Amino acid sequence: MRRPRPRAPLFLPRPDYRRRRLVDAARLLPVLGGFLVLLPILWVRADAPSGGTARDGIYLFVIWAVLVGAAALLANRLDDIADDDTVPEGDADTSDTGAAGSGGDA
Amino acid sequence: MPFNVLVLSCFTYVFFLFLVAYLVERRAARGRVAWLRSPLVYTLSLSIYCTAWTFYGAVGYAARSGLEFLAIYLGPTLVFVGWWWVLRKLVRIGRKHRVTSIGDLISSRYGKSNLLGVIVTVMAVVAATPYIALQLQSVTLSFGVFASDTPEGWALPDRNATAFWVAVGLALFTVLFGTRNLDAKEQHHGVVTAIAVEAVVKLIALLAVGIFVVWGLADGPADIVARIDASKIADLDLQPGRWFGVIFLAGAAVICLPRMFQVLVVEDGDERHLARASWAFPLYLFAMSLFIVPIAVLGLERLPAGSNPDMFVLTLPLSAGQGGLAMLAFLGGFSSATSMVIIEAIALSTMVSNHIVMPLWLRLRPQTAVSGDLRLIVLLARRVSIAGVLALGYGYFRLSGGAGALAAIGLISFAGVAQVLPAMLGGIFWRGATRVGAAAGLSIGFATWAYSMYLPSFGPDAVISAQVFAEGPFGMGWLRPQALFGVAGIDPLLHAVFWSMVLNTGAFIAGSLLTFPGPEERLQGAAFVNVFEADNAGPRPWARGQAEPEALLVMTQRILGDAALGLFATEAKAQGKEGYLPDASPEFVERLERRLAGSVGAATAHAMISELVGRDRISVEDLMAVANETAQIMEYSGRLEAQQTQLSRTAGALREANEKLTQVSVQKDAFLSQISHELRTPMTSIRAFSELLMEGDAPPQTVAAQAGIINAEAIRLTRLLDDLLDLSVLENGSVQLDVGLASLRKMIDRALVAAGNVRPERSFVIDRDPLAEDVFLRTDADRLVQVFINLISNARKYCDAAAPRLKIAVRQKGGRVTVDFIDNGTALPKASRALIFEKFARLSDPSRAGGAGLGLAISREVMANLGGNIGYLPGQGGPAFRVTLPLHLVTDASRG
Repeated sequence: MRRPRPRAPLFLPRPDYRRRRLVDAARLLPVLGGFLVLLPILWVRADAPSGGTARDGIYLFVIWAVLVGAAALLANRLDDIADDDTVPEGDADTSDTGAAGSGGDA
Repeated sequence: MPFNVLVLSCFTYVFFLFLVAYLVERRAARGRVAWLRSPLVYTLSLSIYCTAWTFYGAVGYAARSGLEFLAIYLGPTLVFVGWWWVLRKLVRIGRKHRVTSIGDLISSRYGKSNLLGVIVTVMAVVAATPYIALQLQSVTLSFGVFASDTPEGWALPDRNATAFWVAVGLALFTVLFGTRNLDAKEQHHGVVTAIAVEAVVKLIALLAVGIFVVWGLADGPADIVARIDASKIADLDLQPGRWFGVIFLAGAAVICLPRMFQVLVVEDGDERHLARASWAFPLYLFAMSLFIVPIAVLGLERLPAGSNPDMFVLTLPLSAGQGGLAMLAFLGGFSSATSMVIIEAIALSTMVSNHIVMPLWLRLRPQTAVSGDLRLIVLLARRVSIAGVLALGYGYFRLSGGAGALAAIGLISFAGVAQVLPAMLGGIFWRGATRVGAAAGLSIGFATWAYSMYLPSFGPDAVISAQVFAEGPFGMGWLRPQALFGVAGIDPLLHAVFWSMVLNTGAFIAGSLLTFPGPEERLQGAAFVNVFEADNAGPRPWARGQAEPEALLVMTQRILGDAALGLFATEAKAQGKEGYLPDASPEFVERLERRLAGSVGAATAHAMISELVGRDRISVEDLMAVANETAQIMEYSGRLEAQQTQLSRTAGALREANEKLTQVSVQKDAFLSQISHELRTPMTSIRAFSELLMEGDAPPQTVAAQAGIINAEAIRLTRLLDDLLDLSVLENGSVQLDVGLASLRKMIDRALVAAGNVRPERSFVIDRDPLAEDVFLRTDADRLVQVFINLISNARKYCDAAAPRLKIAVRQKGGRVTVDFIDNGTALPKASRALIFEKFARLSDPSRAGGAGLGLAISREVMANLGGNIGYLPGQGGPAFRVTLPLHLVTDASRG
C-alpha cells in the first residue's frame, strides 16, 4: 500500500541546514573514534617486536580526550534541539527500513 | 588494622549512604527533586558501569594483558559519543512507553510478549551471576588483604562466610531502598543519589591511589613512562582480535546490562541529561582508567612475585605504610561493589517480578486480577527476587572457587548480556523484526554462550566433563565447546562471542523474515521504530472492548494504591465529567495501560487490562482498515490540493480575461470618441457652408466653390464610413473573398499605378526585382492590391528623404511569400511601431493627406483574412513593412 507522504522541502534555510550537518557530525563521531581506536592494532606488528605499551597508551588517552572534547562541543550545540521533535531524521529516515545503527561499537 | 575497625568503618559508610538515600527519598516524597534530576546525578549514576571489576580488576587486567583493559572503557565511550544513534532512541522509547527494564523493552516491542520477557529475564539473571560473584569476590579479597598484612594478625574468619555476610548485607540494603514503594514509574531517587555519592567516592579513591603512585612512589609522569617501558607490561602487545572483540563486547554491554539500562533509561531517562552524559561519562571513564597502568607497573615492581595483581590498589599503599590511603581505597572498592550489586538486584528483581512472578500469579489465580491488593505481592516478589539474585551470585562464587581473575569473570557476563543486542537494535530500527525471530535469536545466542563460555567457566569436570572439552559430546568433535564447527585455535572469549553473536543474529534475521507478525506486534513495532515521528493517530488498541470504569478503578487501585483515585479524577475532569469515574474510552484505557505498565511491565499490564476489557482486541483487518482510511484521507487531500491549483489557475485566467475586457472597453470608448471627432470635422464644415448657401445672396462662383467644399467633405465622410464598414466586415471575418490565381508582379504594378496619384508631385525611385516577383498566388487579388496601395501611398505620403526611394523586395520560402516595402525616410520610433496598426493611429504627420488613419488597421485585417500578416520590419534604415502570405490561400470553401 502506498501512502503519499507530505513532501519535505528540498532545500533548507541556513540554520536548519547547519542543524542537520551538526546531527551528521554527531553520528559520524563514533565512526571516527572507532577508526582511531582500532588504529594501534596496525602499528604493533610493523614496529619493533615489543615495547610499545607506553606509546600506545599515551596515544589512546590523547584520542580519548579529543573524543570527549568533540562530544562536549557537539552535545552543547545539540542540547538545544534534543527535545525538538521537528528535527527530521536525516535524509533517508529510519522509519521503515531503518539502517540499523552500528551501536558505535566498532 | 583490627578487623573490627574495618567492619565498623564499613557499617558507618553504609549507614551514611543509607542516610543520604533516606533524606533524598523524603525530599522526593515532598516533590522537591529538581536538583536530583540533574545531568550531574545522571552521569554519576551511570558510573555504576565501573564496578569492583574496574576498581580492582582493571589493574590486574593491565598487569596480565597490558593495554587491553582500556577496551572495556573505550567501547562505552564510543557508544556514548555516538548517543545520537542508539541511546537517544532508547531513552525516548523508554520515556514514551514507560519501560521498566530491558526485558520489558524487548517484551513490549514484540507485541507485549511475555515469552520474550521470560527469556530475557532468565538470560539476564544467569549472566548476572558471575558479575555479582565478582563483586562478592573482590570485597572478600579486600578483607583478606587487610587480614594478612596487619601486625595484629587477625585471621579472616572464613572467606565464604565473609562473602555470605556481605551478600546478606547488600540484599538488606537493596530491599530497604529498592522496594520501599511500588512507584508509578520504576524510579528510586534515594538509591540513585546514594549511587552518585558512591561514584564520587570511588573516583576520588582511585585518583588518590594513582596520584600517590605517580608522584609518591615514582617521580612523575616521565619516570612512569620509563618504568612502563622497563616492566613486563611493555612486552604485552595488543592482540587485534581481542582488542576489537572486547571493544565490541563492552559497547554492547553498556546498553544491554540490566543495571545500565536501569540508570540509563528507567530511572531518569531524559535526552538533555543524556546529551551532557555523552561526554561527561566518557570523561569519568577516562579519569578512572588514567592511573591503572602506573599502579599495575609499580605493583609488579615493588610487590613480591605471586601477589594478586587484582589487589594492587590496596596492597601498594599498604606496603608503603599508607594505612589511611589504603582505607580510602578499600571504601572506594566497597562502593564500586555495593553500588553495582544494589542496582543490578533492583533491575533484575523488577524483571523477575514483572515477567515471571506476576504472570504466573495471574495464571494460577486469575480471580486475583479482579480482587485483592496486588501491590504486596509485587513487592514481596521483588524482595524475594533480590535475595534470590544475590544467592545465585553467592552460589557462583562458591562454585567457581572465588579465585579467577576478576576481568575474566566479568567478560563472561558481558558476553551473556550482549545476546540481547540483536533483538534490541533490530527492535528499534527494523519494523520487520518479529517475536519469533527475536525468541529464536535470543535462545540460540544464549544457548551458544552458555555452552561455549558460561559452563566451561566452572572449569573442566565441573559441569562439562574434560572429555567433552577434548572430544566433543558423544565424540562429535565439531561440537567441542571451545572449538565449535572446527574453529579451533582462536581465543576462547573471541570464539564464544563470535559464534553466539553470529548464530544469534542469523536466527533473529531468518526468523523475522520467515514469520508474519501479529497485529499487536506490528502496532508496537511501528510505535518503537518511529518513536521520533509526531504522534500519528494509529488505530486505538482498545477500540473494540468495553470496560466498566469502576472495575478499572478497582484494578488500578490494587497496583497504584491511592494514586489511582487521583488519576481517575484527573481523567474524569479532562473528559468534563463530575466525580471519579471517567468514561472508559479507548484513549483512556490505553493511557491507563501505559501507566500500569510503568509499574508491572507491559505484558502484565496488558494481560490485566485484557481481563477486564475483553480479549477481543484489534485484528490485522482493523489495522489495514485504519491504514486504508489514512491513505484515503491523504489521497483526498491530495486531490483537493490538485483541485485548488486548478482553481487558482482558472482564477488567474479569469483575472487576465477581465483585464483584457477592461482594456477593450477603454479602447472602445477611445474609438467612439475618435470616430465622433472624425465625423464631426467634415460635418461641421458641411453645415457651415450649407448655412452660407441657404442665405442665398452669394455670387455664383462662391456658391460653386462652397458647394465644391461641401461635396469634398461629403466624399471624405463617405470614405470614412466606407472604411469603417470595411473594417467591421473584416474584423467580423464575414468578408467574402474572391480567390483566384494572380501574378504578384501585376498586382504590384496595379498598386504602383493606383498609388501614383498620392502626392504626384514627388518623384520616387522604385527598386524592384522583376524575376523574384514572377510568382503566381492563389489569393484575393483585389484585397491584396488594396494592402499594397495602402503601403505605397503611405510611403509616398510620409517619406521625408530628399531623394525618396522605395524598395520592393519579394522572397519566397516554405510555401509563403514575403513582400517588403522599404523606403529611405526616417524610421519609426520604437514606441510607435506597435501603435500604427491601431485604428485612428495617425502619427504626428505633417501632411494629413486625407484618410482617417484606418489604412494600416484595414491592411492588418485584410492580411489576417488572407491567411498572412503584416508587420513593421525593424533595422532596415528606414520605415519598412513586411507582408507575409501563403502561396495558396486555403479557404473554408476550398477546404470543404
